[in-house]
Amino acid sequence: MTLSEPLTFAGGESRLMKILIAVTEVAEVEDDFEIDGLSVADQYLDYDLNEWDDYAIEAGVQLQEAGEDVEVVSVTVGPERSEETIRMGLAKGVDRAVRVWDDALDGDNQLGVGTKADILAAVVDEEEPDLVLTGVQSNDDAFGATGVALADEIGFEWAAVVNDLDLEPGDDTASVHRELEGGVEELTDLELPAVLTIQTGINKPRYASLRGIRQAQSKEIAPNSLADIGLDESVTESPITLTQLYEPETESDATVFDGSPGEEADQLADLLRDKGVVEG
Amino acid sequence: MTVLAVAEHRRGELRDVSFELATAGREVADATDGDLHLAVIGGEVGEFADRLDREGVDVIHTIDEGEEFNHDVYTQAVAALDDEIEPDILLMPNSVNGLDYAPAVANRLSLPLVTDAIAIEHGDVLSVTREKYGSKVETVVEVDSDRAAVTVRPGEWPPAEGTNGAGIQEFDVEIDESAVRSTVTGFQEVGGGDVDITEAEVLVSVGRGIEEEENVALVEALADTLDATLSSSRPIVDNGWLPKNRQVGQSGKVVTPEVYIAIGISGAVQHVAGMKGAETIVAINTDSNAPIYDLADYGIVDDLFDIVPALIEEFGGEPPEV
Repeated sequence: MTLSEPLTFAGGESRLMKILIAVTEVAEVEDDFEIDGLSVADQYLDYDLNEWDDYAIEAGVQLQEAGEDVEVVSVTVGPERSEETIRMGLAKGVDRAVRVWDDALDGDNQLGVGTKADILAAVVDEEEPDLVLTGVQSNDDAFGATGVALADEIGFEWAAVVNDLDLEPGDDTASVHRELEGGVEELTDLELPAVLTIQTGINKPRYASLRGIRQAQSKEIAPNSLADIGLDESVTESPITLTQLYEPETESDATVFDGSPGEEADQLADLLRDKGVVEG
Repeated sequence: MTVLAVAEHRRGELRDVSFELATAGREVADATDGDLHLAVIGGEVGEFADRLDREGVDVIHTIDEGEEFNHDVYTQAVAALDDEIEPDILLMPNSVNGLDYAPAVANRLSLPLVTDAIAIEHGDVLSVTREKYGSKVETVVEVDSDRAAVTVRPGEWPPAEGTNGAGIQEFDVEIDESAVRSTVTGFQEVGGGDVDITEAEVLVSVGRGIEEEENVALVEALADTLDATLSSSRPIVDNGWLPKNRQVGQSGKVVTPEVYIAIGISGAVQHVAGMKGAETIVAINTDSNAPIYDLADYGIVDDLFDIVPALIEEFGGEPPEV
């Protein structure tokens, strides 16, 4: 028996719940930067765990802690460099990780939604999770589409922009809040298996403990090529091509107060008096 | 060429983005003197269709299925209508609900999808402008495909006005109920409580630049000194440092004070959506390239930990130790 098959325990009631978390390594750009061709020059990029995925990891680990037989696996489409990011999840309690990369995925062009969904769908086929969690979006490309596209691809139910999750391990229905615009939340019940895209603020992501960081070193990060998960290079083909990348012209016509902090504050104080915010 | 745009409504009201989609759709269709179709799904579709009949709209398809948005129904309905009229471009809103069905529709129809468009051009090929890294850079992507799906950022196009006498057509969809495995059970208003930031004449607003929870007291002291109301951007609320009723932005409150002082707020699009209507905007931020300065009337490009205490002292207050 492999772990990817649902386990049935004595009594036949208890079932291993498996959660797959799609974790992305994102690039953050420093305040001052230069553009090199169709990307920001590499020396101005800092790589980090996607902010939204940190909340997805926390949601998954909380479910794992709520049940006896819950396995949490992360999946990342990324080069070897991303293992540092993947280990952050392992240190926070993710049990093991799958990393998919291939030379065919390299290049300036961002991966299309379809490509990412196809790759993740192949991993879902292998892992057979009951629940897939992703962040709402990545904070670099901000496409915000992978989770829902994946759900349709694999025939799972889904909910996008979830900021409250009521689910016990083993339940076959989840109750979620979806964070709509303008301070309104939609209350939705959905059947599992499902993909949820997780919004920031849903929980308080933990810091990795020293023990967790130590344990993460011995946890498995399984590297997979496209061929390893039954795909070939055709999955990377996309009709969408990046043709320009530039710094937008500033539209600023703000009056900027100059001087020492005291002088700057002085000018702002005058303005606030002028505007009648403060008398005198 | 044909463009199909899908309207959005919630709790009986068409949302503004519906009329913006009509403008964006007309713009794209004009490139080839094409037709603009709108679709409205669920709720009082007839009434909605009458209101959607704006300049540039040729046909409005009504799909009378359900009251409120349900992504399973929307996905099936949009896919069926798209099959029927085969538009070159399918436009959907880049709203929370748009992102709950657009990727599924695109996947089901094998359409290339570009989300969060801020500009769309259709010359020889479709090219879409979108932002990357917050709004630090803009990118243009070209879509080499006969048909494509694009989601459109709310607030980027002006709403379509006037009327056109568009044809209204009912479209019947056989919804496969077994594929509807989610149920919307209700709505909840959040962010109540004792403070209503939408009523404030002066807002002092704190963002990620404040770094630590204990530092929020500094900005709070400034608000007190100015007899103003304290508000914040999203990360402060996500961290639990201020309650949800203080949040300004797309998912929080839309505010229109006389003076808005943004402290350590970069001005992400979701935040700007909530405060761009303020009469006078003051920004205090160390990054002179921060998008908040595109909007600000006045700015101080300096460290808030120097400026805010100095400002409190200007008005005779005593800055707290942080």
